[in-house]
Amino acid sequence: MSIASNAEAGEIRQPVHVTNVLVEGETGNRRRISRANVERFISICSPLFLLAIWEIAAQTGRIDTRFFPAPSAVFRTAGTMIQSGELWANLSVSLVRIAVGFTIGAVPAVIVGLAMGLFSPVRAVVQPLIDALFPIPKIAILPLFILIFGIGESSKYAIIAVAVTFLVVINTVAGVRNIEKVYLDVGRNFRASPLMIFTDIALPGALPMIITGLKLGMGVALLVLVSAELVGAKSGIGFMLWQSYQVFQIEKTYVWLLVSAVLGFASAILLNGMERVLIPWKPR
Amino acid sequence: MAQVTSQAGSHAVLAQPKVRVQGVTKRFMVKDRVVDALAGVDIEIRSGEFFCIVGPSGCGKTTLLRILAGLEKQTSGTIEVTRDPASDRPTNSMVFQEQSVFPWMSVRDNIAFGLKARGFSKRDRYAVANPYIQKVGLTGFEEALPHQLSGGMKQRVSIARAFANDPEIMLMDEPFAALDEQTKLILQAELLRIWEETRKTVVYVTHSIDEAIVLADRILIMTARPGRIKDLIDVAAVFGRPRQVEAVKSSAQYGELFGRVWGQLRDEVVGANGGMAEGSMSS
Repeated sequence: MSIASNAEAGEIRQPVHVTNVLVEGETGNRRRISRANVERFISICSPLFLLAIWEIAAQTGRIDTRFFPAPSAVFRTAGTMIQSGELWANLSVSLVRIAVGFTIGAVPAVIVGLAMGLFSPVRAVVQPLIDALFPIPKIAILPLFILIFGIGESSKYAIIAVAVTFLVVINTVAGVRNIEKVYLDVGRNFRASPLMIFTDIALPGALPMIITGLKLGMGVALLVLVSAELVGAKSGIGFMLWQSYQVFQIEKTYVWLLVSAVLGFASAILLNGMERVLIPWKPR
Repeated sequence: MAQVTSQAGSHAVLAQPKVRVQGVTKRFMVKDRVVDALAGVDIEIRSGEFFCIVGPSGCGKTTLLRILAGLEKQTSGTIEVTRDPASDRPTNSMVFQEQSVFPWMSVRDNIAFGLKARGFSKRDRYAVANPYIQKVGLTGFEEALPHQLSGGMKQRVSIARAFANDPEIMLMDEPFAALDEQTKLILQAELLRIWEETRKTVVYVTHSIDEAIVLADRILIMTARPGRIKDLIDVAAVFGRPRQVEAVKSSAQYGELFGRVWGQLRDEVVGANGGMAEGSMSS
């Protein structure tokens, strides 16, 4: 009842507060809610505060701006890089690499993972390969991939695909194997074909774990992408990051760091949105 | 898959049981140890009969039902289900417990699942499923996902899913065990109402004596493991059809029948639990 009265008073804006309301008494709520707002305010302020200190310290010469350029200088550099088209040209190259590599890594991984989860002979064949290859640091395979696929785009796609594949396969298998047994019993009792068990039970049943695999895969994909571009590329975020360091344009280095951070943030938002659309039944 | 032999085309339908279970045994291996779950079960279930199986926990009643459902294979023995030669309806469909409703499918798609498996087009299977959605009182919830439903409503979906498949026999594995007492009463009454309309042969496993009396034509009491037949109690001789759950429960014969069933079960439960049966008869 306290939920309703507070909602009418316009005090509840986020469901986060509901738990507090249920726990706390009527008088305790208002203080707790305002405290939550204060905390959110602090959360926004603390990075801004840090940036402000950094800015002041840089302006007053307390820190070495060769290594720690003022945030204002970094943003100004970012502005000119956007205007000159340099930023988008390289960001788009990296985005294509991620998109292509991620897709050719993730899609077969889901199919293989489902097959492994459902059929133990498939698992018996593929599992040892995964156990043997998964621990290899993915970037260590890059020289080999450059040798095989050349210095062009193919080697980037391949290395990202490989990095993504393992995490998606492993999580998909776990997802299928954790499906409630009763769902498979229903499928068998109602004489569903193997294809229908695949599409109507195993795939949706494993979907929460598959999405988890995709999220982990995306994190590794970004890591591998930047690493691969540092070492063997002529464009992209990682290449530009390395180049700016080599010519000692540290503002640019910071801009590319910022870009990769935003890229990671944006991909997380994208995958969370995808999760909400694909798994409407998942409790959250 | 269980050996479900289909006997089609016989005209001696009246004499012939709908389900004939002969000498069915089931032996498990649990860590190099042999466990006999069923030790020679013979049952004949009549066409259109509501047949309940009760027994102490672990007596193999669920194993027997799963063998009937084709989810497990008996170690020996045969199961015959008499089929209507003119139809292509499935041999059996099972009402599982409420957690068996697919959370990723709408109520309508859950109920139409068996029909989809049989190759019905979307239009056809929805046309068949819709009346069952109405029968179980879920009109207006066709597009809802199960997490939006209560436990009782989910169980209605599970019941409708099996009825919509129009099988020769219905198998039910403690479908109401997880529900609260009030919801259970309402769903028992609804199950009886739907069953009266279709008069399907039902094999219903429960550990609740009370539920068995309310629903069954006959109650089979099984012994503690390894499961055998202890007794068959004719409820239909005491309570006719159609039945009102409240009327059955408030009648004098109910208490007498309950005593008879519990008297038989009690020894088995005591045996199975090593004398810990006092007060454990709660259903």
